[in-house]
Amino acid sequence: MKREAISGLLARRHFLRKLGAAAVAAGTAASLAKVGAKTESVTPPKSFPTADYDWTKHRWAFGVDATKCIGCLRCVEACKVENKVPLTAHHFRTWVERYVYLEGEARPRIDSHADPVNIAASGSQREYRFANRYQNAKVEKAFFVPKLCNQCEHPPCVQVCPVGATYKAKDGVVLIDHEYCIGCRYCVQACPYGARFFDEEKGVSDKCTWCYHRITSGLQPACVDACPVGARVFGDLNDKQSAISLFVRNNRVHVLKPETGNGPNVFYVGIDKEVS
Amino acid sequence: MEPLIHYAPYAGWVYPNETVIEWSVAIVVYPYITGLVAGAFTVSSLYQVFGFERLKPVAHLALLTSLCFMLFVPLPLLLHLGHPERAFNNLLTPHWTSAMAAFGYFATFYIVLLIVETWFAFRPYIVAQAQKRKGPLGAFYRVLTLGSYDVSEGALRVDRKWIFWLAIAGIPGAHGLHGYVGFVFGSLKSREWWSSDLMPLVFLFSAIISGVALLIVLYVLSCKLRRVPIDLACVKGLAYTVWAFIIVAFVLEGLEFANIVYKAREGIEMIMAYVTGPLLIPYFVLQFGIGAIVPLAWLSYMIWRGTAGRALVLGVTLSACLVLLSVFMMRWNVVIGGQEISKTGKGLLEYPMQIFGKEGLISALALVVAPLVVLLGITRLLPPWEHKTAS
Repeated sequence: MKREAISGLLARRHFLRKLGAAAVAAGTAASLAKVGAKTESVTPPKSFPTADYDWTKHRWAFGVDATKCIGCLRCVEACKVENKVPLTAHHFRTWVERYVYLEGEARPRIDSHADPVNIAASGSQREYRFANRYQNAKVEKAFFVPKLCNQCEHPPCVQVCPVGATYKAKDGVVLIDHEYCIGCRYCVQACPYGARFFDEEKGVSDKCTWCYHRITSGLQPACVDACPVGARVFGDLNDKQSAISLFVRNNRVHVLKPETGNGPNVFYVGIDKEVS
Repeated sequence: MEPLIHYAPYAGWVYPNETVIEWSVAIVVYPYITGLVAGAFTVSSLYQVFGFERLKPVAHLALLTSLCFMLFVPLPLLLHLGHPERAFNNLLTPHWTSAMAAFGYFATFYIVLLIVETWFAFRPYIVAQAQKRKGPLGAFYRVLTLGSYDVSEGALRVDRKWIFWLAIAGIPGAHGLHGYVGFVFGSLKSREWWSSDLMPLVFLFSAIISGVALLIVLYVLSCKLRRVPIDLACVKGLAYTVWAFIIVAFVLEGLEFANIVYKAREGIEMIMAYVTGPLLIPYFVLQFGIGAIVPLAWLSYMIWRGTAGRALVLGVTLSACLVLLSVFMMRWNVVIGGQEISKTGKGLLEYPMQIFGKEGLISALALVVAPLVVLLGITRLLPPWEHKTAS
């Protein structure tokens, strides 16, 4: 009888010990899950980032009509000011490329406003201008191509971030948590479009967010607002009558480097085979 | 004061944001010293696991070398990070889709494994010193014993078992650690120069040859410094090992380059212009010619002729130095070379290496030399040439 009681006691102790271990394990798992939440995109609160914005209700996209762009570079200037982008020729959230085919040449000559010749013409890295460097040449074809982050469907920059500091928001925009970025620059390497740069002063990566602070407040991105010819189109694909929905529906659009499988969300009209 | 940005001069068409080369010489040193860790551990394992008796004189030196270099592996990364104080985010919240996410775990696991294996390997020596010595050094050894003074045959048998299994676990650990470094580069589709399925293997085999080569140099140097005769069988064993692995590494690197050229995808013209221009000396002359073909031919000749004595030691040591140069150049050509070819496929950049600064040449040299200094110190405390150890 006594032996039975003792073995019962031991069994109970054994069970309690197991229970305790399970509780500790569950607690650890719960705290890990809490910390681990950062590895996924930010947990969607009801409204983000402003009280009256619901990121599950939008699917933002961007269109570029290269046939309209005149290379005035107001977009670049507006972006630099709006987003406090470092005022150097090596940091851009958006830029404009110029493609010029000269008579007798098989390949285009390509430059951007960041080219030393163009900077020399403007006189400063803070002034944006395309020098009239082909005025004495016979130009067969020439056009401008605005570039910016493609907010890819399958962003390689998000894939490679070792800490989950960069993530794709529910509305399609790829964002960076500057308070969490460790500054390893793997994302800069992974972006095939050269859309990301490293902000040396802040020690973090940065890129275009389609002016997330503006679009979540019902405004257009600064570059779209600044464009005098409507070469940049922005809107919500969920709204069938939005400017971007009409742009994508009414044009045969291209994306850059489709072979990467990234699924870019900037749609181009009027670009040439040499544009990548 | 150093300027914050060092932009890269370029020719042709490059994206404006590309004009700052983001991964510097510190990131060249990182895979270099990781490779030395993996390679040195391979030598230790060849003896501990596969029973290559010839390598016994260097087995413990290999273990200590691996440990000393491993202690410095995170340093180039910390120097490189924009926010080194956030480095632990990598351990706390790893983002598993990233090839870099597992680094913290891999590195921690491997450092612990190396420390434990070293402890087992040197336990009899530690116990002997703890019992013999007085003063602070005696106290130091007594702490190192962790209270275990049992060096009976039974206890040593258990130690040997531990060493064997730790070495077995360490092989995938060391090689995984380095193969994954290759994957960090090879998995990126943004750069043709990096994007290769062979990259992890290329890194792995070049790591092995660099580690073996380092041990050849360290062993010969240590014998000279201690004025003891060099074990020729050991040198020969190391020479065979490095010879065999050079062939594999060379074939893999050749295949990788042949793949890029033969597939000739977009941007190949720029790659060809690069390898026949700025990369001609670093790639074809230093990495392949002087660094791989010369030591391979030299070692082959010595093996064929049965060279012995001083000529063997001299030939093998010089070949090892060339291999160390080749592997460093391979790291350079991958890390820097990849970034000097623009993502546009239409332009080339030029990496402006800094002399000073946390990611400059002096820091990089210090990172390579520092593990050797620590090794020198550790060999005073735990002499790897004492054969009265557990194995």
